[in-house]
Amino acid sequence: MPDSLLDLTAYELAKEIEAGEVSAREAAEVANTRVDEVEDGVNAFVTPTPELALERAEAVDAKDGDRALWEGVPLAVKDVLSTRGVRTTCGSRILENFEPLYDASALLNFGEDLIMVGKANCDEFAMGSSTENSAWGPSRNPWDLDRVPGGSSGGSAAAVAAGESWWALGTDTGGSVRQPAALCGIVGLKPTYGRVSRHGLIAFASSLDVVGPMTRDVRDAALLLQAIAGHDPRDSTSANVEVPDYLANLEDGLEGLRIGVVPELMGEGIEPGVREVVEGVARELESAGAEVGEASLPHSGYGLPAYYIIAPAEVSSNLARFDGVRYGLRVPEDGVHEMYRTTREEGFGDEAKRRIMLGTYALSSGYYDAYYAQAQKVRTRIIQDFRTAFARYDVLLSPTAPSAAFRIGEKVDDPLAMYANDICAVPANLAGIPAISVPGGLSGGLPVGVQLMGDHFTEPMLLRAARATEQVADFPFQMKP
Amino acid sequence: MISEEQVRHVANLARLGLTDDEIEKMGGQLDAILDSIEKIQELDLSGVPPTANPLDLSNVLRPDEPRPEFSQEQALSPAPERVDDLFAVPRID
Repeated sequence: MPDSLLDLTAYELAKEIEAGEVSAREAAEVANTRVDEVEDGVNAFVTPTPELALERAEAVDAKDGDRALWEGVPLAVKDVLSTRGVRTTCGSRILENFEPLYDASALLNFGEDLIMVGKANCDEFAMGSSTENSAWGPSRNPWDLDRVPGGSSGGSAAAVAAGESWWALGTDTGGSVRQPAALCGIVGLKPTYGRVSRHGLIAFASSLDVVGPMTRDVRDAALLLQAIAGHDPRDSTSANVEVPDYLANLEDGLEGLRIGVVPELMGEGIEPGVREVVEGVARELESAGAEVGEASLPHSGYGLPAYYIIAPAEVSSNLARFDGVRYGLRVPEDGVHEMYRTTREEGFGDEAKRRIMLGTYALSSGYYDAYYAQAQKVRTRIIQDFRTAFARYDVLLSPTAPSAAFRIGEKVDDPLAMYANDICAVPANLAGIPAISVPGGLSGGLPVGVQLMGDHFTEPMLLRAARATEQVADFPFQMKP
Repeated sequence: MISEEQVRHVANLARLGLTDDEIEKMGGQLDAILDSIEKIQELDLSGVPPTANPLDLSNVLRPDEPRPEFSQEQALSPAPERVDDLFAVPRID
């Protein structure tokens, strides 16, 4: 048995468990102890589930043999993914006491006995870049507890960075897996849209949402993707495309890989320290054997405004279901319309209200063509830009986020400053392509993420490129605080 | 500029209660956000098809066959208020 299970990656721990060197129960105990040690400062979880983790770990241990490699490794699950019988709040008062009747499909390959450490904190309904929009207070960045862990999957990122869980699931609608991964010094993968079922993921923006792994390294991300990917008849937007072996070509290296740096995502608005890290990694990739050039995405500057029409428009529709009738909060009133209004007023936080208003306005009579329809056409242009770039390059390289972790409170009253965090991330969501953030180095003592993007369903190549990138960047996982 | 009346109208469409202070603050923030979004109007996109699904999936169908689902009791269990086997709502005005 190794000195400390906390020194292992999820893959290494899975191998120890498979070999019978370590039990799943021992792993769950280590995670629970670590949660006790650091959770007061980090606040990664809305609902820690230590007892459930132990019970299910024992059940997994009892299965003996007939189980997938990933099943023994405890997992943190973002609180927008439905978990049978375990409170799922989406970071919102409106779902404070909601217990789903079923597990999200993305969890099903872990079996009935998913060893869950807890439900990870996030911005309300995954809307935000800092977790400050959670009704349960912000999570804190394990590298500096006065700073945000990013968002919206900030609790998932903080849990992994702090060693409270070996890996975690997040969701990415406009960077919500990749940006917190970057800010917390871990790996975050947004798969191709439709690669992972959205059934049981409480919807934010249905044409953009995807579930993704948040892990210590790229091999862990490949293994966790293996566990969650696949077609699901319960999600009509899930892709009926065969799931390849994501670990098979992981170590194939850089030979023959063509990498395009995106100049539009390296300029204005990107902190110099972040740019230097990305440029440094690009140079290392070139000297290690990759072909590195420049890949223009001319419409990427229109990505953020298009995203901030499409996402709020879809939110205004998706959050209409929270009406105090079938589940969640109800504030009693005499008439049904007053009940809707008061329930939603008390149940939703500021950012959810802002996005509902923005989306309702953009979809309202007389504005639809100017906003939503125009944004959908911008989306087509962005897809065409990527198509051109991928004709020349295998993967594209950029920063993940324009800055390292900012201070709690710094941007909370300035929605536009907060939205600008997503500038490098949203093009991949609009195009539905896979993208991954890999730790690239430090800026001002804080981690910086490097983003790699690939064409639809090219996760095997993207993961291979990312594996090589984490090796040349030579900035391995460090558990904090 | 988005007027206070427009903010109230949109809040009503969204069935969202807002205080007078929230209405005022929301108006200013929506103005700033809409200003930044206007950028997409400078593109001439006539003739460009819109993208609703990035994988170009459309009309995904399945056979319409009965299958076991949640019982009525299960489906009602998360409801904040029920009467017998029904969701209960206040007077519909």
